[in-house]
Amino acid sequence: MGSISLSHVNKSFGDVQVIPDISLDINDGEFVVFVGPSGCGKSTLLRLIAGLEDTTSGTILLDGQDMTKAPPARRGLAMVFQSYALYPHMTVRDNIAFPLKMAKASKEVIDQKVEYAARTLNLSSYLDRRPRALSGGQRQRVAIGRAIVREPKAFLFDEPLSNLDAALRVNMRLEITELHQQLKTTMIYVTHDQVEAMTMADRIVVLNAGNVEQFGSPLDLYKKPANRFVAGFIGSPKMNFVDGPEAAKHNAHSIGVRPEHFKLSRDNVPGTWKGKVGVAEQLGSDTFLHVHVGGLGLMTIRTDGDQTFAHGDEVYLTPDQTRIYKFDAAGKAI
Amino acid sequence: MARTVSTRTRIGFTALAWIVALLLFSPILWTILTAFKTEAEAIASRPTFFPETFTLENFGAVQDRSDYIKHAINSILVSVGSTLLGLAIGIPAAWAMAFAPTKRTKDVLMWMLSTKMMPAVGVLIPIYLIFRDLRLLDTVHGLTLIMTLINLPIIIWMLYTYFKEIPVDILEAARMDGAELWNEIVHVLVPMAVPGIASTLLLNVILAWNEAFWTITLTSGRAGTLTAFISSFSSPQGLFLAKLSAASLLAIAPILLMGWFSQKQLVRGLTFGAVK
Ligand SMILES: Nc1ncnc2c1ncn2[C@@H]1O[C@H](COP(=O)(O)OP(=O)(O)O)[C@@H](O)[C@H]1O
Ligand SMILES: [Mg+2]
Repeated sequence: MGSISLSHVNKSFGDVQVIPDISLDINDGEFVVFVGPSGCGKSTLLRLIAGLEDTTSGTILLDGQDMTKAPPARRGLAMVFQSYALYPHMTVRDNIAFPLKMAKASKEVIDQKVEYAARTLNLSSYLDRRPRALSGGQRQRVAIGRAIVREPKAFLFDEPLSNLDAALRVNMRLEITELHQQLKTTMIYVTHDQVEAMTMADRIVVLNAGNVEQFGSPLDLYKKPANRFVAGFIGSPKMNFVDGPEAAKHNAHSIGVRPEHFKLSRDNVPGTWKGKVGVAEQLGSDTFLHVHVGGLGLMTIRTDGDQTFAHGDEVYLTPDQTRIYKFDAAGKAI
Repeated sequence: MARTVSTRTRIGFTALAWIVALLLFSPILWTILTAFKTEAEAIASRPTFFPETFTLENFGAVQDRSDYIKHAINSILVSVGSTLLGLAIGIPAAWAMAFAPTKRTKDVLMWMLSTKMMPAVGVLIPIYLIFRDLRLLDTVHGLTLIMTLINLPIIIWMLYTYFKEIPVDILEAARMDGAELWNEIVHVLVPMAVPGIASTLLLNVILAWNEAFWTITLTSGRAGTLTAFISSFSSPQGLFLAKLSAASLLAIAPILLMGWFSQKQLVRGLTFGAVK
């Protein structure tokens, strides 16, 4: 079991209030991602749940039990750190076995669980090495192995993939998702990368300056962003925003259109936005056009990879009328 | 780009380095040579460099008069005992200061260091009286206690500096893995800090071994260490230069040997923070 419930959690470092007031309910078995820009308090929130930081006020329940004041060792959670945080003086085997030794498991149980974890994570042939002699991806696997063996109530990940190169990151992302499907244990995963959030999460918590902007499934956030911040943060490339008279036509303070929700043509159609292509980024499958639109600024448009627009071409943009997001003056969706 | 140094400059500096090193070493060398001379030769008006008649009788005489072995055992007990006691107190203290600091931690550290600036005579009378009333005068455990207190600031400072180099993530990982404080210190912090702890241990054994002020003032016959042993030979009764040399040699030999064999460890520990 591993349900986690935060109620009115506040955290200040001295006079600096990092998390003003957060309440959250995470269900048993859920994969929840905390996403937000750097410095918004994701790690702090995770560390509060872990018990590595003390809450200033508010309560944290694990499986309905008040754990607000419990030390990390008693919470029964496992954490995977960005820096891996392996014990450099121990072999891979001893690293993975450490939580079991702390739990005073018998030698047979330890051996059996370590072997099993090593096999699952493809580490069997490295068990007698020191962490120093492993690659980044292998170190990350050891850190995950160390977390798995203690069969925690929940796994906490703090940007575990950000020290890996891009290709490895995609692989490990899949492995962690598979691990979740296999173990069905609650996981909380912190990242600043919205692609990781969208691809991995059952539900996403979007954080901004210590506040929860929205908590929902990836598609919910994409289709029904609660405000302009979420709309701009979720989706890649970023949503295009337009203020002023063009927004007023839709009875809104500002409107947003995603790059993939435009029709593009070379012919002048009434009611369209006329622009000039600045940079065309060709990815093969897609092409991203950065178009200067008179009076509205720079817009990013996503087209399929076969389009042959080039720098300086004149284009006409038609936003998909059913997919225009409207926001009021405070940035709330209407 | 490699610097080009002419052979002549290189020879010049090498010679200079040797001369300085020999100058620094010459008193010790002279003591060693004198220890093997007869008393007459030692004070001869035309000093000899190498002993003309090589003799070991000074060592025998020294042992007969003052029981070298007893003093050596006291020195070992006091220096090793006080250092181990100091580490037992210093490791948890340095852990707290490095990993759970408060606003006042820096002040406490500075205050501890400032006690080392104070001249020891300043507290001689109170300490002497306390020792007298607690019946600690001339006891090995009393001396061990005072030596622990004297070196504790250095022990804590050194350990604090080494612990600061250890990534706190790793200790936090241990906490997440279910390690209570004791296990975190014993299984994770200490093994990672072994080079630093070893050089703290070596340096403080040396400091305690060489300490003379308190060992001489707080002991008489029973608990005297080797520093008290040497000083008992520099009495004005007569000039026993050869015997004094023999006594000095006996007193410094163990620590010289220890320093020699552990110099790699010492240098590594003392530069722990500087070159990662
Ligand atoms: N121990 C601390 N002392 C003071 N300020 C801190 C501490 N830890 C984090 N902060 C501050 O809290 C804010 C949120 O930090 P963090 O949770 O690490 O952000 P994120 O993980 O989202 O990048 C930052 O402004 C950071 O400077
Ligand atoms: Mg962070």
